Amino acid sequence: MRRSTENSSTKVQELVKKRFNVIKSPDSLVVALAGNPNTGKSTIFNTLTGLKQHTGNWPGKTVVQAQGSFLVGSQKYTIVDLPGTYSLLANSVEETVARDFLCFGRPEAAIVVVDATCLERNLNLVLQIMEITSKVVVSINLMDEAQRKGISIDNKKLESQLGVPVVPTVARIGQGIEELVQMVHKVARNEVIPKPRIVCYDPDIEDAVAEMTPNLEKILDGRFNPRWVALRIIAGDSNLINQIFEACEVSLPWAQ
Amino acid sequence: MGPVKAVRGLDSGFNDDVNDRMVSSIYRQAEVIASSCVKMAGSSIDLDRKIDDILTSKIYGYPIMLLLLSLIFWITLVGAKYPAEALYTLFFWGEERLTELCLFLGIEDWLYGLLILGVYRGLAWVVAVMLPPMAIFFPLFTLLEDLGYLPRVAFNLDSIFKRAGAHGKQSLTMSMGFGCNAAGVIACRIIDSPRERLIAILTNNFVPCNGRFPTLIALSSIFIGGALAASFGSMAAVLSVVGMVLIGISVTLGVSWLLSKTLLKGVPSSFTLELPPYRKPQIAKVIVRSIFDRTIFVLMRAVKVAAPAGAVVWLLANVHTGGVSLLTHSANFLEPFARLMGLDGMILMAFILGMPANEIVLPIMIMGYMAEGAMLELDSLMALKGLLLDNGWTLMTALSVMLFSLLHYPCGTTLLTIKKETQSWKWTILAAVIPLLAGIVVLIVLNQGILVVQSILF
Repeated sequence: MRRSTENSSTKVQELVKKRFNVIKSPDSLVVALAGNPNTGKSTIFNTLTGLKQHTGNWPGKTVVQAQGSFLVGSQKYTIVDLPGTYSLLANSVEETVARDFLCFGRPEAAIVVVDATCLERNLNLVLQIMEITSKVVVSINLMDEAQRKGISIDNKKLESQLGVPVVPTVARIGQGIEELVQMVHKVARNEVIPKPRIVCYDPDIEDAVAEMTPNLEKILDGRFNPRWVALRIIAGDSNLINQIFEACEVSLPWAQ
Repeated sequence: MGPVKAVRGLDSGFNDDVNDRMVSSIYRQAEVIASSCVKMAGSSIDLDRKIDDILTSKIYGYPIMLLLLSLIFWITLVGAKYPAEALYTLFFWGEERLTELCLFLGIEDWLYGLLILGVYRGLAWVVAVMLPPMAIFFPLFTLLEDLGYLPRVAFNLDSIFKRAGAHGKQSLTMSMGFGCNAAGVIACRIIDSPRERLIAILTNNFVPCNGRFPTLIALSSIFIGGALAASFGSMAAVLSVVGMVLIGISVTLGVSWLLSKTLLKGVPSSFTLELPPYRKPQIAKVIVRSIFDRTIFVLMRAVKVAAPAGAVVWLLANVHTGGVSLLTHSANFLEPFARLMGLDGMILMAFILGMPANEIVLPIMIMGYMAEGAMLELDSLMALKGLLLDNGWTLMTALSVMLFSLLHYPCGTTLLTIKKETQSWKWTILAAVIPLLAGIVVLIVLNQGILVVQSILF
């Protein structure tokens, strides 16, 4: 009995990954690569995958999609490069693509590349991604540039503040990449379980979230983060909510 | 189908501002985390921040923008006088030499007229009127761009554009429009929402492009600057050009608002605008780039259009039917309507013939007036003033022409670009009709309004 549900859930996983044109062997895990534009995301992607790359388009969108593969020990990984965005509020095709993949693509881990020279702006995206998935590893890139500008970042403190692993990197010269890969490996296999910091909203919003969460937990059944779904409902993001409930195959409580 | 219908009515009981509130909570928390984990030893970033705090401040932001804009126009206006005089002299000298050459070669009268009085004069006017202000305005504008000031302008203007139901990035595409409306229309690609992109495309033409700045600058220095004492003159001229720009921006906002309430209904979307660090501009590179990329490019385009237009105007002015030239026929035909708007038939004719490029509107007017008989030697801006006064121009005419230059259909290039970008004739035609209607309404209301006021007062 248990076996069969596991099988069907992997089947669903495979189907979901097909929806996003993820080309992979069944035994490989999927990592999403997110970040603001100009953070060295592509450099990290190229360092990780080398020549094992494939570019195409996101299904039905005119946005370039790059994916590749790499090995950690004997474990295969497929890494999907998401479009560089400043937020996930779905104001643009790029943001929609990135958000949909994080939400529906069910990656086993997500690397968020941030620019060490302007951490504050980059953290906005990190916080938004952590609302969707907890399996986040932050790569603070451009550490050398930050140093030159006299900016120092307390990694340990950042890690405890964010609640997810933080790895400093200088992707241009490959520094920190091995550590990043190892951390991704641990998160993807649940050896490290991140506890992302929760963004607190205004009291009225928090009240509404608290009211909706118990019901949502039942409906979503672990497939989506209930808090995030509640927030999207409050934001009136009906398009996304439709997709989420369709994915859960439930009729909506407010449908007549 | 079911759920879609159901969710369209999704109402969480929150206002539209809930999104903004959520975003600001996220930003606040990012700020808290960053400030606890980041130490900055350098002062360069602090300095950038301090400058940004002033340039994008709620109190100083707008005055500084206006001041910088006025400063640029002032430098352009004052600086363009001398090279312009030199160019007038040079071209007049050139015309005399060419005339001698034609006499020597025994060229037929009509060919001489077509080539020298038509093509050469058209070209000479375009270059003399356009080149000096462009050669000064472009490098200055590029300098501001290079410093990183334009994104700050966008930041300042964002909230007004939002209130007009448009996208904040429209302030950037509008700024591009000051350079060239066709470029501004292409720049609208940076706006992701189709509704807001269309608004930005349809209203881009309301800011004067480089083809129209020289017209505005020349007319304001002749009629507004010239009317006052020299010391106040250039200042008044600058203010009137700045005023035109402000009118253009207000109309942009007004029409955007109207569109977003009627044809293109919807709520503006938010976006993240990166304020890049300030950079020391590479002055030599800026000058070279702005002269080659922009000045020469715009000038060449004008020249390409001006040469055939000059020939056409000369032909229209010299082909007679019933003892009256075709040009006069057409101008006379347009006269009653033009009068209603405070213009005259020749001016309207010039705007119609100038459709391919705004740069040649003023030169066509000049050629038109000259072809009608007043063959004075045009070798300076003051001679131009004489010509215009002889043809019945007043301060009000100059103002009306400036306004109409601001508010009429986009040039041919821009219209083609709009067709390419929107893939629709409907929006392209609207892009021409909306500003034209705005111009006609504004001019008729203004001119007829003044007449009514005068008749009541006197």
